[in-house]
Amino acid sequence: MLLSIENLQVSYDRIRALHGISFEVDEGEIVCIIGANGAGKSTTLRAISRLMPVEPGSKMTFMGQDLTAFQPDKVVSQLGISHVPEGRRLFGNLTVMENLELAAFARKDRQAVERDYKLVFKVFPRLEERMKQAAETLSGGEQQMLAVGRALVSARKMMLLDEPSMGLAPLLMGNVFDALREINKEGTTILLVEQNARMALKFASRGYVLENGNIVLEGRSEDLLANPEVKKAYLGG
Amino acid sequence: MDTFLQNVVNALQWGSFYALIALGYSMVYGVLMLFNFAHGDIFMVGSYIGFFIATGLIGLSTLGIISLPGWVILILTILIAMILTSFVGMLVERIGYRPLRNAPRASAAITGLMIGIIFETANLYLLGASRRKFPEIIDTSIFQIGNVSLTNTKIFIVIISLLFMLALNQFIQHTKWGMAIRAMAYDFTVVPLMGVPVNTIAALTFGLGSALAAAAGVFYGMAYPVLDPYMGIEYGWKSFVAAILGGRGSVIGTVIAGFLMGFLDIFVATYFPSTMRNLISFSIILVILTFRPHGFFGRAYSAQLRL
Repeated sequence: MLLSIENLQVSYDRIRALHGISFEVDEGEIVCIIGANGAGKSTTLRAISRLMPVEPGSKMTFMGQDLTAFQPDKVVSQLGISHVPEGRRLFGNLTVMENLELAAFARKDRQAVERDYKLVFKVFPRLEERMKQAAETLSGGEQQMLAVGRALVSARKMMLLDEPSMGLAPLLMGNVFDALREINKEGTTILLVEQNARMALKFASRGYVLENGNIVLEGRSEDLLANPEVKKAYLGG
Repeated sequence: MDTFLQNVVNALQWGSFYALIALGYSMVYGVLMLFNFAHGDIFMVGSYIGFFIATGLIGLSTLGIISLPGWVILILTILIAMILTSFVGMLVERIGYRPLRNAPRASAAITGLMIGIIFETANLYLLGASRRKFPEIIDTSIFQIGNVSLTNTKIFIVIISLLFMLALNQFIQHTKWGMAIRAMAYDFTVVPLMGVPVNTIAALTFGLGSALAAAAGVFYGMAYPVLDPYMGIEYGWKSFVAAILGGRGSVIGTVIAGFLMGFLDIFVATYFPSTMRNLISFSIILVILTFRPHGFFGRAYSAQLRL
């Protein structure tokens, strides 16, 4: 098992946001967590990236190592877990290329970094055209591409994606998910959280349903798509 | 006209001190959203370190133990003071501010004031209340151009200060460490997600800022050779204001604002009673900030403070 989360509990100012959730992601998989706004999806990813402290009793292991022993930057640079945050959060004052170079900050393997830049430009040719432009001048779709590309350069084992479809037109959304599939084929395991349940379940092979800080359902994507409760609550009947 | 030119020369020298100190304030504010209120006292510490090194090296030369020309002693004094003071700055970050990374900003501000008081008191306690005279490291030569008098020290101070500022700008614009500093100024919560060690960047910022403050301290000693434990307070506050006026994290803006501060100091004192100097120059800056609340080149911190 690549990532294993057991009894994860997280609180914001003493208000419990996650009530001891457990889930697993295997190497090479694409897994999604779906749920409504405020269900605890982003909190889950923040906990894995160590941006949020977890309550005692929570267990998070990645390739057998205890995640809580790592600082946020080391989760990326030593364990190989990248994180595309909600709302993209690019460095708007840096150019497209600088955003990618910053993601390679801690990497010593120069040749592999060059290969990863090439992979980013192969998956998102638009970014190569706009290499020297400040990131804040990009369109919404291009910004999402750069957010994914940046994560890809920062770490290759696993990518956490927070609402990659947010704010994108359906056509662009399709492009981004096609690119993510290609990235997955190149060997990166993907865990994404999404409000857009239909899109996420079509893309992932397995899914978990998060409600008010608890996982209430889990299964293969086809089964979840066919599940009457999921249909009613998340797929618009 | 001659008085005017003479004032310009003096203002450039004053402005160099303010700009060098202000850069340290500005960088730390840019990267950590924190005002390091101990920074004026770091300028004082740098000046004293420079005083001891210069006095020591000159003493050794007089005793014939080493034989170094004055300009070598000057360069050594500046470099060693910058290096030692940068460690002082990094220590302040490590001990004083890092434990407060997630604390309310007011806690960090109070800590900064306390650290400043500790430096001042330690200086009084260890060195006594008497003022120190900064030694004359190189012989001063005076050039008269018309009725404007230029000294080699003044020219040296202004040119070397400008070179340091240029070097800092190049570092921030063209190295990967500088890139990380710019990225943190834009959105520091996301920077760790890029695998960038935020604590290292914070320490680097304090180190660079303190080194520049030390350079200002040595230059100040060369120009106005009387040092006292509280010298950091007034220069610190004025440089702090210059940093705000320049715009958060903007090197060029801060340099311009530092020189503006120097010009205001000198010219206000020329045309108005010098007791009114601070009142008038601060009022002018207040008016500028009314129209440009984020300073010359600053922009509002738009990113959310957490992910």
